[in-house]
Amino acid sequence: MAADLSGIVVAPPTTKERAAAVYRKIRRLPLIPVFLLSLVVIAGVFAPILAPHDPEKGELKERNIPPAWSGGVKSVKIVVERMSINQRTTSVTLADALKIDPAAQIDDEIEVFSRPEGTTKFLLGTDHLGRDVLSRVIYGARISLLVSIVTLAVGGTIGVTMGLAAGWYGGMVDETLMRLVDIKLAIPLILIALVLVITLGQSLWIIVTVLCLFIWPRFARQVRGEVLQLKHMDYVSLAKVSGASTARILFIHIFPGTINTLIVVATLQVGIVILLESTLSFLGAGVPPPTPAWGSMVSDGRDKLAGGVWWISTFPGVAIMVTVMSLNLFGDWLRDTLDPRLRQLE
Amino acid sequence: MQKYLVRRFILALVTLLCVSLIIFIMSRVSGDPRHIYLDDYSTQEDWDRMGEVLGLDKPYYEQYGIFIKGAVRGDFGKSVREARPVTDVVIERAPATLLLGAVAFSFSILIGVPLGILSAVKRGTMMDNFGKFIALIGQSAPPFWLGIMLMFFFAVKLGMVPPYGKQDWNSIILPAVTLGWYYAAANLRLVRSAMLDVLDSEYIKLARAKGVNSRTIIMKHAFRNALIPPLTFAGVTIGALVTGSLVVETVFAWPGLGRLAIEALFAFDYPLLQGVVITFTLLYVTAAFIVDVLYAYVDPRIRYA
Amino acid sequence: MVTADTRIDTEVVLSVDDLRTHFTTRWGTVKAVDGISFDLRRGETLGIVGESGCGKSVTMLSLMRLIPIPPGKIVSGSIVLDGEDIVPISEQEMAKIRGSKIALIIQDPMTSLNPVFSIGDQVEEAIKIHQDIPKRSITDRALEVLRKVNIPAAESRVKDYPHQMSGGMRQRVVGAIGISCQPQVLIADEPTTSLDVTIQAQYLKLLKDIQKESDLSIIFITHDFGIVAKMCDRVAVMYAGRIVEHGSVRDIFNNPSHPYTEALLASVPRMDRVVDRLYSIEGQPPPLHDLPVGCAFANRCPVVMDKCIETYPEIKAVSDGHTAACWKVE
Repeated sequence: MAADLSGIVVAPPTTKERAAAVYRKIRRLPLIPVFLLSLVVIAGVFAPILAPHDPEKGELKERNIPPAWSGGVKSVKIVVERMSINQRTTSVTLADALKIDPAAQIDDEIEVFSRPEGTTKFLLGTDHLGRDVLSRVIYGARISLLVSIVTLAVGGTIGVTMGLAAGWYGGMVDETLMRLVDIKLAIPLILIALVLVITLGQSLWIIVTVLCLFIWPRFARQVRGEVLQLKHMDYVSLAKVSGASTARILFIHIFPGTINTLIVVATLQVGIVILLESTLSFLGAGVPPPTPAWGSMVSDGRDKLAGGVWWISTFPGVAIMVTVMSLNLFGDWLRDTLDPRLRQLE
Repeated sequence: MQKYLVRRFILALVTLLCVSLIIFIMSRVSGDPRHIYLDDYSTQEDWDRMGEVLGLDKPYYEQYGIFIKGAVRGDFGKSVREARPVTDVVIERAPATLLLGAVAFSFSILIGVPLGILSAVKRGTMMDNFGKFIALIGQSAPPFWLGIMLMFFFAVKLGMVPPYGKQDWNSIILPAVTLGWYYAAANLRLVRSAMLDVLDSEYIKLARAKGVNSRTIIMKHAFRNALIPPLTFAGVTIGALVTGSLVVETVFAWPGLGRLAIEALFAFDYPLLQGVVITFTLLYVTAAFIVDVLYAYVDPRIRYA
Repeated sequence: MVTADTRIDTEVVLSVDDLRTHFTTRWGTVKAVDGISFDLRRGETLGIVGESGCGKSVTMLSLMRLIPIPPGKIVSGSIVLDGEDIVPISEQEMAKIRGSKIALIIQDPMTSLNPVFSIGDQVEEAIKIHQDIPKRSITDRALEVLRKVNIPAAESRVKDYPHQMSGGMRQRVVGAIGISCQPQVLIADEPTTSLDVTIQAQYLKLLKDIQKESDLSIIFITHDFGIVAKMCDRVAVMYAGRIVEHGSVRDIFNNPSHPYTEALLASVPRMDRVVDRLYSIEGQPPPLHDLPVGCAFANRCPVVMDKCIETYPEIKAVSDGHTAACWKVE
């Protein structure tokens, strides 16, 4: 019942009660997402220590090795002295045959691997250039982390500043900004991003700049909404009356009020940044090769699928999915904990 | 109602104009296109002649004027790569994208909305958890990867559908599912939370107090209200479907505008690229306008505002 | 003021006996309503008053059988409406009774009408469900009830949507829906809290007029003693899921016998008394999942005795038709 009896004093919660409430929330911390996210962060930070191989170098003769647990494919071939190209699927040279069976002779039939067995040397197999997939996935976390942190810092700052200005000044400033946000929705931004990256060059910084274009409006809109509410609060009027400068009011009095919301928005935006970065990489406009990025790794394995080589595309994709999923779950939890009003926020 | 639609229409025009300006500025900022078309053996004469043909000798604002004038008449110049009018190329490719977009959009609605309603009505049950799982996967799996995985299982392993291209009727299944999945997930979440709010509302309580039975409550009273948030989101969905088509058409070699854009981009075919971007924007604002009309139909608060 | 005595001998339309509605939560069983009994006579108005969370609204929802199951459940007791116990009947049968024999007016006029249907549709729906009459007559009947609640130009307003009407108008529409099928009992759950004072007065007068005309019985759920004085014949004061005092309006106002009632009355501003500051009750009601064995008000009671903490006081008669559950009553 919303209505309360006038005149009844409700005692404020005691410190002990408040501590209990905080504890209850922490107890419901989503353990699996937090664990997975820590894995990604650790992988990114300590990649050089954790990666078993060099992610950018591989031996061609060790290419397309499947993950450790999968067996090879064997087939029977005829041993020949010398082999022409069109005999490749049916024959094997004597020199190679002797390595498997020292007693092999010409015209014998011998079982050989037409696809190698998985080995513990490459836990997740190798790609088409013989590079270790596991090491590349670990290093890929690095790029994703770097891109999302920088993008969030820069894009978030721009968005917050714009939002503060729009909410505070209102009028034309607000109108222009909100139309910009509308328009952002209407243009195929990823296409514009592609054009920018292709014409200006594929570098980390250009990619970050482009990604900032994507994320600032989300922050701007959220902060604007909060400012519209906060600016009529008494303590803001008080600050105004006591002669505080606009910048001081905005950053000292209003901004802290928006922090909870911002943390939630930021967490959910990181997932989006990672998805966008990997999409750009996939389309060939990401961090230039041979630097391992999850998106371009998925793209590398694309045309190998028909030959049954599934592991090159699968693992980096799983890495993206797990990271984004954990971020979403963690973000949902943060939202429910810090700011239940945001429940509608997608 | 009329005032509302007129406002939406003007906004759509402004959007188109802005996009045309952005794309024009970008094509100029990215350097003189003659650097791409002419090689080291070209003379100054060639350079100037090409400038005249492309209108590069005039001041920028005049160039933009010419561009807009042409665009209004549906003339975006000639594609460098294909040596024929951009409009012809775009018209040739557009149906494939429209078809893909329409099927993907229907998929996202047909999966997302019923599952969302079921999840909300059967809150906390297995059904709800299943819905949550679908939504989570849909919102976390990158579409390009999801497409590749679907392709590997259903086309390469099981041979149920063609892996890529646009030949038989069934070749659209994988691209459409890939493209629609994310929005099916988004719709599911939106409908579920909207439905929960609605079911919790006072007017549902009052309807029950009137003696309306549970089925009618859900199908009549709650459904229409729960449709409002996903409809608001439909505008965004359509915009994002356009973007998604870039990725999905690339993965499945679908001969539509998305792939055309990527081709034009990597061939530095700017007139074609401009044409495609403007077409995409036009598609979006048209679709968004239709959604606005529908929105007004469902929500009387807008119809009579 | 209408006094209780004038209608004392008329027939009982609603009889609630030892009603208990509990909710299963992860903190334990919340005893939101824990053994309340009262009778409602034809044409009579009963006020149910108490703080937030005292069980008023759960009582109302139980009477309508609108308790969300799970977590809630009517665990025992009977609600006899027009000679029939509605606790054990099926949901389908209950749906036929809701709106026709017992109707509800909800507190918030802003949110209690469905925003996407016209008000005409919403009034007609109730009639359509409960009365097997042709479409034409349904429309006529809807217009008739809208006129009855004084909606001006009802013929043209039926096509309006809720957002096109003022709060007072909407509340009248909610009222119209409530009386559209001529129920015997109308439950009004704080129907005027969000209206301003003049409109509130008009609405209350309207309810009274309708009640007189059709001999309607009303249960008025409120926290406002002003409204109680104006509208009700009898009052039940609820605290922590139980009725602690029950009597005619005159008894309750002139001779409050439970310390909680006294405290409530003392915390209401009165025109006829000058006080330095309004009385306020210290502390909070006990949590409903962890009620004490003794009197639930003991921890806040100014005249608490040892006995109060040990055993729950029986309901005792103060005078004829006036009862209280307090050890102080002899």
